[in-house]
Amino acid sequence: MVKRVGMEVSIAAAEAVKQANVDVISAYPITPQTHIVEHLSELVANGELDAEFFCVESEHSALSVCVGAAATGARTFTCTSSQGLALMSEITYIASGLRLPMLMIISNRTISAPLSIWNDHSDTMSIRDCGWIQFFVENGQEVYDHVFVSYRLSEDRNVLFPVIINMDGFILSHVIEPIQLIEQGKIDQFLPPYQPVHRLHPDHPVTMGAFALPSIFAETKKAQEEALRSSMPKITETWKAFGEMTGRYYHPVETYKTEDADTLLVTMGSFGETASVAVDKMREEGRSVGLIKIRLWRPFPFEAFKLATQHAKKLVVIDRAISVGACGPVASEVKAALYGNDQRPSVYNFVAGISGRDVTPSDFGKMVDKAEIEIDEGNKEGFEIYGVRG
Amino acid sequence: MTENLNVFAVRTLTQKEYFAPGHRSCQGCAEALAVRLVAKALGRNVIIAAATGCMEIVSSPLPYTSWRVPWFHVAFENTAAVASGIESALKVLMRKGRIPNKKIVTLAMAGDGGTADIGLQALSGALERGHNFLYVCTDNEAYMNTGIQRSSSTPFGASTTTSPVGRVQMGQVTWKKNMPAIAAAHNIPYVATACPSYPIDLVQKVKKAANIEGPAYVHILSVCPTGWRSIPELSIKLGRLAVETGIFPLYEVEKGQYRLNIDFPKLKPVKEYIRIQGRFRHLTEEMIEEIEKRVHKEYEQLRTRSGKGV
Repeated sequence: MVKRVGMEVSIAAAEAVKQANVDVISAYPITPQTHIVEHLSELVANGELDAEFFCVESEHSALSVCVGAAATGARTFTCTSSQGLALMSEITYIASGLRLPMLMIISNRTISAPLSIWNDHSDTMSIRDCGWIQFFVENGQEVYDHVFVSYRLSEDRNVLFPVIINMDGFILSHVIEPIQLIEQGKIDQFLPPYQPVHRLHPDHPVTMGAFALPSIFAETKKAQEEALRSSMPKITETWKAFGEMTGRYYHPVETYKTEDADTLLVTMGSFGETASVAVDKMREEGRSVGLIKIRLWRPFPFEAFKLATQHAKKLVVIDRAISVGACGPVASEVKAALYGNDQRPSVYNFVAGISGRDVTPSDFGKMVDKAEIEIDEGNKEGFEIYGVRG
Repeated sequence: MTENLNVFAVRTLTQKEYFAPGHRSCQGCAEALAVRLVAKALGRNVIIAAATGCMEIVSSPLPYTSWRVPWFHVAFENTAAVASGIESALKVLMRKGRIPNKKIVTLAMAGDGGTADIGLQALSGALERGHNFLYVCTDNEAYMNTGIQRSSSTPFGASTTTSPVGRVQMGQVTWKKNMPAIAAAHNIPYVATACPSYPIDLVQKVKKAANIEGPAYVHILSVCPTGWRSIPELSIKLGRLAVETGIFPLYEVEKGQYRLNIDFPKLKPVKEYIRIQGRFRHLTEEMIEEIEKRVHKEYEQLRTRSGKGV
């Protein structure tokens, strides 16, 4: 029987990690990620989860422990936020360069300074190019579901990349939502124990983490790049298999009321649900507005994005981070995706909701209004920080 | 007596090489010798986590490797954390029956920079958590791999590229960090110092450390002719002089109890050690005297701790 239970999203995430039968968990506490590790430590303390659990002395070590354990053939988990992610960033690149499967949940939080514990995407954008498969989720159910999707994908021998699930800190991590739990039997079938191709073991000695001279480095990077790009069909395949098991289907780029829409909002993460309320209202008013939600951030779904936006005239891209001195990171990605098209929409970029500032449905309405006017007046590449004083 | 026995007893070590010949270390590199002896001591049932540094660079140019045992390099400062991960994975996978149950030693290996400087936090964390692993620091007293920059393990007075001899400063102005004491302060079951100039002592300590339940730390002085500006064929002699002058005493700390392994009632003058190294050539008689005073004081402290003092 499928159980629908009200629980805090962080707890749901931890429950999923338990159901995924992880072997080694290593983390360092940081707000707003803490509830995930707290719950996992309870599960281990109560004997409900048979795993090695370590509260290490830094995030750098947290990920390093996972790297060591994954190379030895264990299924590993870590989670972090903000400064913690910045501290472990060195190892994020190494984990993917070594093609080690693992899962990290990021409760997205602002990067200092000024210090702020609240939500935005500046933490995860700082490691955008680290070579992990990177998902953004919209609600608690998606966090829970993506734990299983991520492990299966990550450990697939045709993939072998670490995976990040980005969930908005507080906005998702600390709210109570109804979660449809999946029966353990189904999960065990969907996600059998990890069988590595190579592992650190004396019976079959391997050298991992050798250094590369310029004469071979580029070839190894090309191999990594091609492998991450070609993981795309595996990602959709894994979502399909998950959908067949649960009835919940996911896609790299998701659309909401985009049919014949002239203007499309583009969001990532929990913005999606709020923006959809705004779209409903604008549609009621007879306006031609739809919504695009980017679920898969890396590898970037260029084809799916182009397909989803092919009939649009205006895109209103809402970023939750700033590339200081340029624009929002999603907007620059979107522009790059569309550049090759002969007919391409104008892109107006807002940065909104940084450091957890509320963005309501009416704010999305206002941003669409403003963007449409600006574009009509000829400002076809606008960028602004929304709702800011001064 | 002990010394002479050591010279011949080395032939009793296994002929098997787990750190294969043909690596790229400099002539007279005592660190490579230390690593070779550590590998011999541990045999094939080991997994090595290695830090960035000389030993990583000389042994693993893709697609080649000098390692006949599983070997893993991740980064510079996190070797103890990587080893923690390996040890935990072995433990849980054996418990769950996913790999066969057998004794596999987890060895973390780093230089003095990777241990006493940038890796100290990760090491402290791993020692405190009590992982069942062995950490070996091969100490050549500076960042040799990047071109002889000073570390906190560089001895007082030594000239390096970042503690140069200038008009107002004469090499390293700080005293060598006492890394074994820091490891021992974690109340781990076993800490030892060793030097490849005393190969049997080194091998015995590494074997003992590997068989102890819980974290063990072995600090190995590794003569570096390139960085110390010494003659390569003097490396073994320099290691011996470091011990005989009291500059690098060989001792163990077992469950908190210090034991000086080779005691010298009369230490050789530190000058004998210092005067054959280019890194110390600028030292004045007064500076050498100052060094000797400090060496003698610390040696006496160690003797007292070992129950051999007056």
